[in-house]
Amino acid sequence: MIKYTQDHEWIAVTDDVATVGITQYAADELGDIVYIELPVAGQTVAKGEEIVVIESVKTASDITAPLDGEITAVNEAVATDPAMVNSDAMGAWFFRMTLANEGDVDDLLDEDAYQDLIS
Amino acid sequence: MTELLHTPLHAFHTARQAKMVPFAGWEMPIQYPTGVIAEHLHTREAAGLFDVSHMGQLLVRGDSPEAAAAALETVTPASVVGLQPWRQRYGLLTSDAGGILDDFMFAHHGTHFLLVVNAARTEHDLALLRAVPGITVEHVTDRALLALQGPRAEDQLARLIPGATDLVFMDSAHLRWGADEVWVSRSGYTGEDGFEISLPAGIAPVFADALLSAQVVWPVGLGARDSLRLEAGMPLYGNDLTDDTTPARAGIGWAVPKVRRPGGSRAGGYPGADVIGRELADGPTHVRMGLRPEGRAPIREGAEVFATDDAAHPIGVVTSGGFAPSLGHPVAMATLPAELTIGTTLYAEVRGKRLPVDVTALPFVPVHYKR
Repeated sequence: MIKYTQDHEWIAVTDDVATVGITQYAADELGDIVYIELPVAGQTVAKGEEIVVIESVKTASDITAPLDGEITAVNEAVATDPAMVNSDAMGAWFFRMTLANEGDVDDLLDEDAYQDLIS
Repeated sequence: MTELLHTPLHAFHTARQAKMVPFAGWEMPIQYPTGVIAEHLHTREAAGLFDVSHMGQLLVRGDSPEAAAAALETVTPASVVGLQPWRQRYGLLTSDAGGILDDFMFAHHGTHFLLVVNAARTEHDLALLRAVPGITVEHVTDRALLALQGPRAEDQLARLIPGATDLVFMDSAHLRWGADEVWVSRSGYTGEDGFEISLPAGIAPVFADALLSAQVVWPVGLGARDSLRLEAGMPLYGNDLTDDTTPARAGIGWAVPKVRRPGGSRAGGYPGADVIGRELADGPTHVRMGLRPEGRAPIREGAEVFATDDAAHPIGVVTSGGFAPSLGHPVAMATLPAELTIGTTLYAEVRGKRLPVDVTALPFVPVHYKR
């Protein structure tokens, strides 16, 4: 199941584990991404907390934890080669997290709602 | 908010799916689908075409060109009187306090001068210049201004305007494209060889299409224009140059030639001459320097710079910074104590962290002008 946030993150949910990245729309809007700063595994995060820094050639922005939980893994490959986010945003995950409350997922946008948001 | 202005190439940009953004009151292309990095690298390797029609094109006339030159020297520390016909120079408008009110290019066009000023400063500069006795100032609003930059600029422009190859760096000329008069200078803002071309608005889209037709020249947006000028160590008005920054502090003392400095034959006579002249003679306490961040995080304008990773007070501030596509790492320019030497490690604060940066010579990349 893929869900989305208003902040253009995608969240692939399997049971209580969420894999998080940014959407192609967000990557296109940012332009060429040159730097990504990831959280650390084991970090407890709260929904809305800024946990990833993304810098494109044009601007600095951040992405927030989509839900409460704990970071279990980060994808060092996107920090090493940030351009992979531009070329395949849905394939370039940033971090995985366990969810404190699985039910929180219901509050996220589904595919149709996200497409409405960006259209 | 007032309606954004459109350049004569607006439809040209949107037809090529440019991302349009507000800039200094104009709607301008920040990038095309190619993206900033590819556009930047293509300009250094081949050629890029930039729409800079938002910049102010001003014609300054006096009773004679000599009279106009002398009048202009009352508002700029440049040597205007010493400029030969069909040559171009870089100049500054200065304040009584010695600050920089704008930077501009000026060319001697035989009977008059062509000034190209920053878009955001055009109205300011017009008011300032129109208050100068002895000159009239015409704001040219019916012409586009294009910049063609890169090692292939010469051969690509020569397909359309063969006479352009006769120009060397900082030459300026009235040439023809078909029946139309085009004003061409060999100059630019990227560190590469190239040209700036002023032409009637109505023919600008056809001319731009013709330049792109050989598939050598790409259209390039303002994003790459900024990264190209940053790598070339060129200051940007509003960032590196402000009314709080003097020529010496900005590291552009060369824009005040000897003849206008104390002891020169036409010393002073422009706003702030005492402050500017004294500071150039004594040396500024602070000056614009290059910084090479040791890590990969871009360090942007406004970041404070510290001598150590725990110093309480900053010693300077970043005025321009970002990713340098030709180098593959970030670079920045900052105003710092003049005594610092190349290689000194300092710390820039980004998101509460002190990141190591090394003082580096400017420019960051070699420049390639045809002299």
